[in-house]
Amino acid sequence: MAKVTLVEAVNMALNWELANDPDVVLLGEDIGKNGGVFRATVGLQERYGKLRVQDSPLAEGVIAGMAVGLASQGMKPVAEIQFMGFLYPAIDQIANHMARMRNRTRGRLTMPIVVRMPHGGGIHAPEHHSESLEAMLCHHAGLRVVCPSSPARAYGLLLAAIRDPDPVIFLEPTRLYRMTRQEVLDDGLALPLDTCHRLREGEDVTVVTWGAMTHDVLRAAEQLALEKVSCDVIDLATLSPIDHDTILDSVAHTGRLVIVHEAARNVGVGAEIAATVAERGLYDLHAPIRRITGYDTVMPYFRLEHDYIPSVARIADGIRETVKT
Amino acid sequence: MKTVAQFSIGYQQLLDSEGRPTGELPAFARDADSLREMYRVMTLCRLFDAKAINLQRTGKLGTYAPCTGHEATHVGVGAAMRQEDVLCPVYREYGTQLWRGVTLAEIFIYWGGDERGTHFAVPREDFPWCVPIASQTPHAAGVAMAFKIRKQPRCAVVYIGDGGTSQGAFYESLNVAGAQALPVVFVIVNNGWAISVPVGEQTAAQTLAQKAIAAGIPGVQVDGNDVIGVRDVMQKALARARAGEGPTVVEALTYRLSDHTTADDATRYRPAGELEAAWKLEPLLRLRAYLEQLGAWDEAREKALRASLSAEVDAAVQVYQSTAKPTTDSMFDFLFATLPDHLVEQRETARHYAGGHG
Repeated sequence: MAKVTLVEAVNMALNWELANDPDVVLLGEDIGKNGGVFRATVGLQERYGKLRVQDSPLAEGVIAGMAVGLASQGMKPVAEIQFMGFLYPAIDQIANHMARMRNRTRGRLTMPIVVRMPHGGGIHAPEHHSESLEAMLCHHAGLRVVCPSSPARAYGLLLAAIRDPDPVIFLEPTRLYRMTRQEVLDDGLALPLDTCHRLREGEDVTVVTWGAMTHDVLRAAEQLALEKVSCDVIDLATLSPIDHDTILDSVAHTGRLVIVHEAARNVGVGAEIAATVAERGLYDLHAPIRRITGYDTVMPYFRLEHDYIPSVARIADGIRETVKT
Repeated sequence: MKTVAQFSIGYQQLLDSEGRPTGELPAFARDADSLREMYRVMTLCRLFDAKAINLQRTGKLGTYAPCTGHEATHVGVGAAMRQEDVLCPVYREYGTQLWRGVTLAEIFIYWGGDERGTHFAVPREDFPWCVPIASQTPHAAGVAMAFKIRKQPRCAVVYIGDGGTSQGAFYESLNVAGAQALPVVFVIVNNGWAISVPVGEQTAAQTLAQKAIAAGIPGVQVDGNDVIGVRDVMQKALARARAGEGPTVVEALTYRLSDHTTADDATRYRPAGELEAAWKLEPLLRLRAYLEQLGAWDEAREKALRASLSAEVDAAVQVYQSTAKPTTDSMFDFLFATLPDHLVEQRETARHYAGGHG
């Protein structure tokens, strides 16, 4: 079994689907000969040709809009947005058409589309290259939003996303693209969507997180274990719809909830988790819910990005405070 | 400075405003049955439009976007298309849609506030009406790309208004269609007004067809009140696309003989006299005059046609008015192939407050 990075796992999943489903077509900027700016599509145009792995003109709205047209014909487009900060021109198509088409045609035209994009900061990138905009996407009915936290999960969740009959926004944490290697069997087996994954079992506090932050949370949990604080760490994986039941079960057990995300706090996905636990699990709580998040500022240019992204120290402090109460 | 590129925009009119041929006409213009069928659908649009406006005025229909004045463009485009082609409309191209098999009842049901009107029973792959301006144009490029990938001899046709040509999505779609030689035809319905803004204030471009030039594709103008001219231009553009020679932009020059929608009052902004002048150029009179010259039409046929079409419209109104309100379940049931749990719960709440009727 090969040890691969997250970006290589993305490439493996794309390759699997291109090889096994003639309806799968990739479109995006520089994804062909260049193999994508992160090399997620490297070698695929060579293997599957220029029609199935297309270099799109530099226009995100057209990439998303053409995906809608392709999907209406029963194809399964996988579109790449080069960086999440460049998503905005595609939002009209994603929100007004992709997310709504099944509903507004009463199921006549469906949208089996994946829109992949890098997510989050931490790689010393230029401005507008480090955004975490998942909350904006989760607000739209008709979309799934998925964010893997490891190579194996990237492989299995991307396969699931491509095979799903509805549009899926697939957020690939840039910080994880090459951070770790993991053995991933290229067996075409998908992981389930709409379900959390427990990364670490614990008794004292439930910590919910996703994407790149899972690694910082696990490091904080290791430190806290030395202090006899045990964390039940949950990787949300599908950000919309949220698997609230798994979170509530964990909170029922630990009585405490900390939510960690890189995105800004205000109206973030963490707020939805906190509100749901307050609605449905309040009497299980022994302490107030805590959110440890990016600040409600503009994502700073890279000299301050690690001051913005919640650090292991900030996460560990927050969890300590929560278990104290 | 030397000239490195030069362009021109052609204009076609095959029937003048009196219905006289301006030159030799294409073969279909000698086929009386074909012409009468076009005339039938154009007249149906006119009668349907009046009925829809009337229903809205009497509180029986939501805001409606009329099509009066556009019948030749819409029917000319429809008649040039093949059934297996795909249409991406804006929101008033009923003539094309009726030609392709959308029903009057579906149109009423849609503007009556019910998504079921877009569940077209016949043109199953056509797009529904598109309200966000120009956002339909990349869909047509995507549909055309699917045809190209699958090597199917089919075309996409997408409408846009004169105002819509100011949108980025329009330029972007022309660009990708040109760059990838996609089998798509862009039909600009230039009716002079984008709600209240006249085309001369929308753009400094001399024609809208020339917007094609920057994308490296041909653009042509046609008299949009001349159904024979429109059908002919469209047939050529579609044949070109089907042959793998790429997209075309067709600018149909017509006039909006109505308000923008039933929520609009064009007397607030349109200069006096313009509407009256435009009525003298309207498309039905012109085709009728030509049919009469061919000896293929007369007053008795006209009366019979209008009586039968009125009955058809009334029957559609009956279907529309007897269509029960959609269930609250239907707000939820088409969001995803399989409904997530939190929506199952919300569906129950909506059902409960709807009186348990779902």
